[in-house]
Amino acid sequence: MSVIELRTAIRDALDEELARDERVVFFGEDVAVAGGVFAATPGLHERHGDARVFDTPISELAMAGAAYGAAVCGMRPVLEIMFGDFLPLAMDSLLNQASKFHFLDGERGCPLVIRCVVGAGGRFGAIHSQMPVAWFHGITGIKLVAPSNPADAKGLLRAAIQDENPVLFFEHKRLYSLKGEVGDELVPLGKAAVVREGADVTIVSAMKGVHDSLAAAELLADQGVEAEVIDLCTIRPFDVETVLASVRKTSRIVVVEEGPLTGGWAGEVLARVTEHALGELDDAWRIATADGPVPYSPPLEDAFLPGPQRIATEILERR
Amino acid sequence: MRRSAVKEPEAGGQTATWTSAEQELYTALYREMTRIRRFEEAIQSLFLKGEVYGTTHLYSGQEAVAVGVSSVLERQDRVAGTYRGHGHALALGMGTQELLDEMLGRATGINGGRGGSMNVTSLRHRYMGSYGIVGGSIAAATGAALALRREGGVAVAYFGDGATNQAYFFECLNFAHVFKLPVLFVCENNLYMEYTLTTAVSGGDIQSRAASLGVRAEGVDGMRVWDVREAAARAAQRARAGEGPTLIEAHTYRFVGHSRSDPARYRPDGELGAWRERDPLVLCRARLEADGVDGEMLDALEAEVADELAAAEVAGLAAPWPDTAGLPGEFAEQTKPDRAGAPSRLAEQPQRNEGGAR
Repeated sequence: MSVIELRTAIRDALDEELARDERVVFFGEDVAVAGGVFAATPGLHERHGDARVFDTPISELAMAGAAYGAAVCGMRPVLEIMFGDFLPLAMDSLLNQASKFHFLDGERGCPLVIRCVVGAGGRFGAIHSQMPVAWFHGITGIKLVAPSNPADAKGLLRAAIQDENPVLFFEHKRLYSLKGEVGDELVPLGKAAVVREGADVTIVSAMKGVHDSLAAAELLADQGVEAEVIDLCTIRPFDVETVLASVRKTSRIVVVEEGPLTGGWAGEVLARVTEHALGELDDAWRIATADGPVPYSPPLEDAFLPGPQRIATEILERR
Repeated sequence: MRRSAVKEPEAGGQTATWTSAEQELYTALYREMTRIRRFEEAIQSLFLKGEVYGTTHLYSGQEAVAVGVSSVLERQDRVAGTYRGHGHALALGMGTQELLDEMLGRATGINGGRGGSMNVTSLRHRYMGSYGIVGGSIAAATGAALALRREGGVAVAYFGDGATNQAYFFECLNFAHVFKLPVLFVCENNLYMEYTLTTAVSGGDIQSRAASLGVRAEGVDGMRVWDVREAAARAAQRARAGEGPTLIEAHTYRFVGHSRSDPARYRPDGELGAWRERDPLVLCRARLEADGVDGEMLDALEAEVADELAAAEVAGLAAPWPDTAGLPGEFAEQTKPDRAGAPSRLAEQPQRNEGGAR
């Protein structure tokens, strides 16, 4: 085990998978020679060479379409779309080709991974701060993976590269410098983690929201309320059993999502829980961002994001 | 040097003499370029002090492009800029204070602090927006031209060399050609797409690509504001005459990294220094003085601009922060006046042009 930043965990996962499987290739804008604009991929180009790690033109349509074509023909491409806000440029191949291939072929999958930087809090404004998860949440056949810490980032990314299906891998820009212990284990896709145990309320979140939820749980503990915090890790397909087991204990659930309230994945979590455990619920609600774009100005962006105080306050007020 | 290599000494190589009207015009354009440069320097300094947030993409070095192009635009025209867009906006006459306040995140900013560096929008300045998605400006201007052509308006798309590898570029140039749309596709070729040398990931060349799609293309020295202005005037004349779009490839250079976090280590030794000798401000001032414009007057002009920025900085830092109560609702109200950018309506509004660039 070693203590490393999340960005280093990403690089290590890519490095190990490139070394392990010659079918793996990694490409994107400024990822090879420059090592990534968030310094997440330095050294990979030098170690694995031009044919395996390369810089592309600013051509997201070509990048995503080529990743699909290469995946179908035996490679395991990993593609970086710099900011998740640029994913719409890559969406057609993903939605209309990659996600359909297994259904049409009947047997084989389309093993590709698209990594991207997401999330607000960096003062990057409305078009470099978005949370794209919900845009893709309604597409069948694509896994949506969203780590909250370095160990999961590495283990999940390696698992994503080994997965037979298209995976969108979301890296929150406010977590890149987060340090944590990282080992060599794969972290299975589709499995949530209980990161704090408690009997009074279940908080479900992902990425940066997990840290806000844990901080809220500490505030609540001072008030005599013990919150259980679940890190979804994979948002589609999500681990409904782990969430249900928690709710059966606490009878109250709040889902914390960074992203617009309307149409977000938090609604899907609550719908599943309600369908399976309505009789055991005393309360169920969502804490998300407003139905509007991410503002630039610090006081506006800070108010926009659901933080620990808001999470704790809502939980106390709804008791 | 690559591609647009350093040319002969500029001012000394000029033979034609400007008329007094031209001297006056280019003095005004020099002032405008100086305002943009000083603005970007202020942004850089304020960013380091923690007063400007997130990231910024500075226009330093490329001033002659936006200022030259804007100098031929008329009231009914519209412009789509890029995330390196402070210069695009200022060259249209946007006020120093209102843009600076936006960068500072203040309620008095041009977009109330909601937008920030990469998302400036102001139709009253003819500025459709700073497009944060590479190539987005190309499509925006293509659409603007559809709306503007009935009234003789032209649309300008600024974009970088890197954007010519986007699908937007190919689709929109073809589209504009097919419908003979009045668009000036202004490619600011500063050699680098973010951290990567564009020629390292591109085939062919930019002007040939445009020509292959039926779009007339010309290259211009993007460090000489008069060359840019003349090329833009030719393109605008063609566009207004219904002869369709033109691509102008302006060879230029950014004197800073791609963004705040880029130390620009990819530059070969000596490249920046060589381009700095062709600083558009230096070239313009040298040409003005060679034509007999009083150097002391230009000194005074520069001092005025510096004072303007210093005052704006003080006022901006004292300006109020925005309040969440002031955020627009999710949807525009049906009863509000049409803000969609219909030229006939906007043409009735007063146009500010504080830089005197037109």
